[in-house]
Amino acid sequence: MVAVETESGLAETSRLTMLNGESLFCERDDRVLFENLDFSLREGQVLQIKGSNGSGKTTLLRILCGLNDSYEGKIFWYGDPIEEKVEQYYSSLIYIGHRVGVNKVLTPVENLRWSCSLQQQVADEEIYAALAKVGLRGFEESQCFTLSAGQQQRVSLAKLLLSHAKLWVLDEPFTTLDASGVKQLEGWLRDHADKGGAVMVTTHHSLSVTDLQMLDLG
Amino acid sequence: MNQQATTGQAFRATLKRDLIIAYKRKNDLVNPFMFFLIVATLFPIGISPGPDRLGEIAAGVLWISALLASLLAMDNLYRSDYEDGSLEQLLLSPHPLYFLVLAKNISHWLVSGLPVVLVSPLIAYMLNLPDAAYAALFITLLLGTPVLSLLGSIGVALTVGLGSRGLILAVITLPLSVPVLIAGTLTVQETLNGASLGGYLAIMGAMLLAALTLAPLASSAALRISVN
Repeated sequence: MVAVETESGLAETSRLTMLNGESLFCERDDRVLFENLDFSLREGQVLQIKGSNGSGKTTLLRILCGLNDSYEGKIFWYGDPIEEKVEQYYSSLIYIGHRVGVNKVLTPVENLRWSCSLQQQVADEEIYAALAKVGLRGFEESQCFTLSAGQQQRVSLAKLLLSHAKLWVLDEPFTTLDASGVKQLEGWLRDHADKGGAVMVTTHHSLSVTDLQMLDLG
Repeated sequence: MNQQATTGQAFRATLKRDLIIAYKRKNDLVNPFMFFLIVATLFPIGISPGPDRLGEIAAGVLWISALLASLLAMDNLYRSDYEDGSLEQLLLSPHPLYFLVLAKNISHWLVSGLPVVLVSPLIAYMLNLPDAAYAALFITLLLGTPVLSLLGSIGVALTVGLGSRGLILAVITLPLSVPVLIAGTLTVQETLNGASLGGYLAIMGAMLLAALTLAPLASSAALRISVN
């Protein structure tokens, strides 16, 4: 049921394993989503999670982020059980889910100011620069309910540019983006991985990155 | 280049964000306050406009109105954050959830509780509350309404993931609030009977401190369950 295949096996042995899971098991409504699932994610790697609708992709990501604890098995962050390193883990993690975490009453700047400040100090100039990069120049002070779904997604993606988190966990980040947005985001994923970060992403889109690993949930 | 934010900074950012949201959604700001005024003014119409009669029930009326107003405003506390995913971001913060939840509760009290406390002397005047009881009423509301917000937060955190909430929030929250209601009205009553305020206020202060230290922990745990 679970197939893991690496597409490039060059000299990654020097890179540390950032996150790995051992014999993960999750069951929902008496239906087994996955069992005996092992995976490991090295620095510089992009792990793409594939699977049909309802195969547990989102559930797996939420489990890894600690938002869901109805699972069995073990998850390790740089070799240590994740429960022992929660603070360190959460300082290094960005999660963008289906619900992107953008408050509709606030402006993009106010949203980012808050969500970034939960992890690190960010100056306003950096926020404006990041918003310009995601194509929201001129929308900085508009309330988010006036923005389209794709633009709201872009607000949340601007966080990727502002944060120094090593691990990006993205749940279907491409769905509401237009063609140029998809290309841009793909570029960011590549850059992030090349700089030694790691990405976990669920998408049906075929990614072009250096070190891509697939995890198929069936 | 960028530094890790301290817990204090995350606390302030969360407090500021919630206050901005409340300011932008004027309904949240005005509703509990108006509700308090309306409920408090209905009592004289429904019971009796006689000054003596009103004076007797004034403290109870004000406390019950404040309790209901706080309950009315409660549901907003985590709902929109739950729906737009901000709550998940809050839970994924490296900082202790206790302080972030506390920031949200403080903001909620500043928006829904404080205006009620500030206007209470005016309503007390309308309800012919005896002069001697003004200070006691004001101070008990000042100490008591934050407790209502903090306790209500636990109920909201537990029910935020449910589709149809209805009365369940009131069923969870009101029994917890009853001791505060009793302590508050009793303090005002006993002051009128000539008792000294100190002991009663100490009890309310103790309630506030207990709620401040324990309620955000319970809310945090409840939020984690609701998001699960």
